[in-house]
Amino acid sequence: MTAVEQGVLVLTDVVRTHGTGEGRVHALQGISLAVRPGELVAVMGPSGSGKSTLLHLAGGLDQPTSGQVLVEGTSLAGLSRKALARVRRRAIGYVFQDFNLVPALTAAENVSLPRELDGVSARSARKEAQALLAEVGIGELADRFPDDMSGGQQQRVAIARALVGDRRLVLADEPTGALDSTTGEAVMALLRSRCDAGAAGVLVTHDARHAAWADRVVFLRDGRVVDQSVYRAPEEALAP
Amino acid sequence: MSVRHGLLALLAEQPRYGYELRGEFEARTGSTWPLNVGQVYTTLNRLERDGCVTAGEPSASGARHESGQKYYEITATGRGEVTAWFTTPVRRESRPRDELAIKLALAVGNDDVDLASVIQAQRSDSIRALQDYTRLKARATVGDLAWSLVLDAMVFQTEAEVRWLDHCESRVLQARRAAGAPTVALPAPAAAAPAADGVRR
Repeated sequence: MTAVEQGVLVLTDVVRTHGTGEGRVHALQGISLAVRPGELVAVMGPSGSGKSTLLHLAGGLDQPTSGQVLVEGTSLAGLSRKALARVRRRAIGYVFQDFNLVPALTAAENVSLPRELDGVSARSARKEAQALLAEVGIGELADRFPDDMSGGQQQRVAIARALVGDRRLVLADEPTGALDSTTGEAVMALLRSRCDAGAAGVLVTHDARHAAWADRVVFLRDGRVVDQSVYRAPEEALAP
Repeated sequence: MSVRHGLLALLAEQPRYGYELRGEFEARTGSTWPLNVGQVYTTLNRLERDGCVTAGEPSASGARHESGQKYYEITATGRGEVTAWFTTPVRRESRPRDELAIKLALAVGNDDVDLASVIQAQRSDSIRALQDYTRLKARATVGDLAWSLVLDAMVFQTEAEVRWLDHCESRVLQARRAAGAPTVALPAPAAAAPAADGVRR
C-alpha cells in the first residue's frame, strides 16, 4: 500500500503543546488519523478539545510538537517554508465559516487565483475555474463579485477554490456556521459530493446535523480521540 | 404516534380496504413506524364502534370488489377527528416516557456507572443514526417530499438529543470540578442537577 492509498492526510501520534512549564497546555495528546480519497471525516468536540489545532496542523499552518503529518505522502515537517507553501497551494484547500473570498475579484477570479499564483496561465486557470464553478452548480455566476452573491453561493465559490488544480484535501472549518439551515445543508451536500468524486475532506463542526454527512465522526475531548461513529449502510438504520 | 389518527387521515383521502391501509401508511412514512396487521384491524374495529368509519362492500364508485375484504369509508365524525388531529400540536408529554432522560438521571446517583461513558455511548449511537438518516435523505428524489420531511423530523429530533447530551456532559464536568475544589465543595445532591434538568426537557 502506498502512502497515498493509506490516506491523502495521515496524522501519526501527533502531539501539540503550547507554552512551557506551569502554563503548558496540551492541545493535542497523541492523535492518529488517516483520511482516504473519497472520505469525509467530521471532527466534533467542545471548545478547547483541540479540533481547530488539528485542522491547523493538517493544513500546515502549525507544526506538531511531536508526531508526523503527511499530506499526499509528503511529511510537512521536513519542508522549507517555500516548499510548504507549495504543498499548501497544490494539495490543500481550505473552506472557512466566513468564506474568505477576495471582494475585489469575481467568482471565477477568486477560484483561478491559486492556479495563477502557481504559474498556470491566466487563460487556462480561468478555464479550470469556469469548469469547477459549473461543477459546484454556479457556472452562471462566474462574473459576479462576492458582495453580489448569497452566503450559500459564496461558500460554493470557496469550495471550488479549495478544489481547483486537482487538490484532493479539503479542510473545512465550520463551513455552514454563517448559513441558514437549508443553505447549510446544500453546502454539506456539495462537500459530500466532492468527496464522493474522490476528494478527502476534514470537517470541523459543532453541529451534529452537519457532521452526519461524514463517513466517520471523530469525537475529541481534551486533545484525545475518545470515540468514533462510523457510517453503516442506511438500510440497517430503519430495519424494524 | 397514534395509529388511529394515521389510519383516519388515510381514509379521509379515499375509502380503502384494510390491507391497503397498512401498505399505504408504511409507504407514506418510509416504514418508520411499522404496523402489524392486528394493530390495523383492532384500530379499524374501534373506529367503526366509535362511528368514525363504516365498513362494508364497495359502493358503485367503481372500486374493485374483493370478496371477504371489508371496505372502509370515513364518516363525518371521522373527518372531524382528522381535522382536529391535524390542527392540534403534538404535546411532548403525550409521548412515551423518555427512557434516555430516566437512564441518565439514574446513572447520576449510581457510583458504579461512569456517566461520561453512558453519555458518549448514546452520542455515538445518535450520530450514527444521524449519518444514516442523512444518507437516506441524500438519496431521496425530488418527488419524495413527504419522505424527506419525515427524515428531517428524525434528523432534528436526533440533533436535539445530541445537543442535550453535550449539555449534560458539560454540566457533569462542571459539577465534578466544583465538587473537586476543596474550598467550594458542593454537597452530593448538586451532582443530580444535570439529569434533573434533562428530565424537564
